[in-house]
Amino acid sequence: MTTRHLTGLLMASTILAGSAAFADDVTLTIESWRNDDLSIWQDKIIPAFEAGHPGIKVQFTPSAPAEYNAALNSKLDAGSAGDLITCRPFDASLALYDKGQLADLSGLASMANFSDVAKSAWQTDDGAHTFCVPMASVIHGFIYNKDAFDALGLTVPATVDEFFAVLDKIKAEGTYIPMAMGTNDQWEAATMGYQNIGPNYWKGEEGRLALIKGTQKLTDEDWVAPYRQLARWKDYLGDGFEAQTYPDSQNLFTLGRAAIYPAGSWEISGFNAQAGFKMGAFPPPVQAAGDECYISDHTDIAIGLNAASAHPDEAKAFLEWVGSAEFADLYANALPGFFSLNATPVAMQDPLAQEFVGWRDKCHSTIRSTYQILSRGTPNLENETWTASANVINGTETPEDASKRLQEGLASWYAPQQGN
Amino acid sequence: MKARTRFHIAVFLAPAVLVYTAVMIVPLFDTLRLSFYRGGPEGAEFAGIANFRTLFGDPRWSASFWNALGNNFWFFLIHMAVQNPVGIALAAILSHPRLRFAALYRSAIFIPTILSFVIVGFAWKLILSPIWGIAPGILDAVGLKAFFAPWLGKEHYALTTLALVSVWQFVGIPMMLIYAALLSIPEEVLEAGEIDGLTGWAAFRKIKLPLILPSIGIISILTFVGNFNAFDLIYTAQGALAGPNFSTDILGTFLYRTFFGFQLQLGDPYMGSAIASAMFFIILAGVCLYLFGIQTRMRRYQF
Repeated sequence: MTTRHLTGLLMASTILAGSAAFADDVTLTIESWRNDDLSIWQDKIIPAFEAGHPGIKVQFTPSAPAEYNAALNSKLDAGSAGDLITCRPFDASLALYDKGQLADLSGLASMANFSDVAKSAWQTDDGAHTFCVPMASVIHGFIYNKDAFDALGLTVPATVDEFFAVLDKIKAEGTYIPMAMGTNDQWEAATMGYQNIGPNYWKGEEGRLALIKGTQKLTDEDWVAPYRQLARWKDYLGDGFEAQTYPDSQNLFTLGRAAIYPAGSWEISGFNAQAGFKMGAFPPPVQAAGDECYISDHTDIAIGLNAASAHPDEAKAFLEWVGSAEFADLYANALPGFFSLNATPVAMQDPLAQEFVGWRDKCHSTIRSTYQILSRGTPNLENETWTASANVINGTETPEDASKRLQEGLASWYAPQQGN
Repeated sequence: MKARTRFHIAVFLAPAVLVYTAVMIVPLFDTLRLSFYRGGPEGAEFAGIANFRTLFGDPRWSASFWNALGNNFWFFLIHMAVQNPVGIALAAILSHPRLRFAALYRSAIFIPTILSFVIVGFAWKLILSPIWGIAPGILDAVGLKAFFAPWLGKEHYALTTLALVSVWQFVGIPMMLIYAALLSIPEEVLEAGEIDGLTGWAAFRKIKLPLILPSIGIISILTFVGNFNAFDLIYTAQGALAGPNFSTDILGTFLYRTFFGFQLQLGDPYMGSAIASAMFFIILAGVCLYLFGIQTRMRRYQF
């Protein structure tokens, strides 16, 4: 009998909830791959929006990251996708815009709050149309074990020479593995290695755009030099780093067995929870003291409008709010490590996150060199970079050979690189 | 007299034929068809053999393809050289009438076969891990620490290591098949041999081995098909890029990367189908070679 009562109760509540929503409110649904963030959206972000916008209800309905692209595409094709679409950077979202499934948002007032670099991941190639409101980026750098540095009397390195001097000292002392990174998963070598230290050599946006235009080549010194530095990392990684995976590296560092971790800022929340020691961070070291510094401040996540949405005006109201300083503050502090792209700086409550985001003031931001346009063909430059970076660190390919191979691969399909 | 039309045969065959056609034959032919198309502005357009010309003619594609095929052959060779002899040996030992706890050994050796690839891949990755694994510790305990290397991360060892892991997982299958074949050899034959002075090793080599040869043939062809369709173990242990430096890339992972795409590389179902078709023809050729070249010449005995 209790079952029947329960069923009746549930049905009654469904009808009540349904009718309440039907009464006058418009409900917007958000598609996203960030299922980790469900509680943050439900408890913090959506209530804050709804409080200021009576009559609009928002639902956050994420799916698993690995399935997101495929699931979203089929939902959009079938016309059952939500009103608001969380945008992957670059080609995945550009394809949706080209198919007319994402609306043009260039006219949104809050777009003025974002820099060109911030918007570059969600624009047409000529930059004329922007179709997603940038939400967050991730910054690369190095996280270090402050307790270990204090115990060994080390100071944070600013130049490449200082960086290797610090590594030498840690190695000679022997308590800690100097640097926690493995090459088994390959992407660490490319993302936390090459794309982390590279911008200082190719001068951030200047080199990245020159590569796209075809005026620089991957075999130029600026693009080979990061590989030369990576080749030197080999001696400072743990025993058997060739078979060390990404979670292995994370655990080595948070267990306090390694002193330095080449990082992306997305690690911050996890490390804060896991590590039992004080942590600090330093940006990728420059070549000579006083050089301009460049950081990879990679645009990672944005939100756009389903062109087939039944409530475009309400959805635009939401997007305007996403572009506001209020949202930036809420989001960045709820997810330390995913930094707001808003031009208004956000004060971070997390000290480690504040260190990362503080580099924006003194260094120039750029995004990963392989992500825009250059990974459209076969062989895919990003994937090739993974293999090349891992090979260079393993010592199975020289920096020069790796660069030559990458350049040949790129030139085989990318016209601007073919003329020279 | 007119023969009665036997409708019941069609009725009984229908469910199996329909299901098999729907889930196997149609997709197979559709994949073959797809390999002759390419993506155009208005969906698929006919491309003739362009995909195959790219696959075998383009230096990059063909290098990847031959690398994967070569690795696949090595993967298969290790299975033939290790898995099947070990399986036969285990079966011979298990069928020994005086062996105690035979059922226990049989189950223990067979259990890995029913485990998921994901579990096997992950467990072995942990065992062999230079950081947390027990392999370095065990080698250290017997004074062989110097022989330890991060095998899965070394270009020269990774594929062999994974092939041996796969052997560990599947050695139960040849063992069971051979075991069954050995049990079906009648006692009289063995006793007759014994009277003629054939015992022990000689009895195995001269009586049992010829009688289980057809089973060994079947096992070889199963191994061949299984290995050339393999994908899961490499994917769970090394990821879709089949590192280090594609040294563990086999046709299955190559197909996966091409068909479904990987990271920033978008999937290309047309090139993917071309690879799948090439795999199909390689397997078909291998099976035909076996069926017409070996199977028909194999001598069979009847009791």
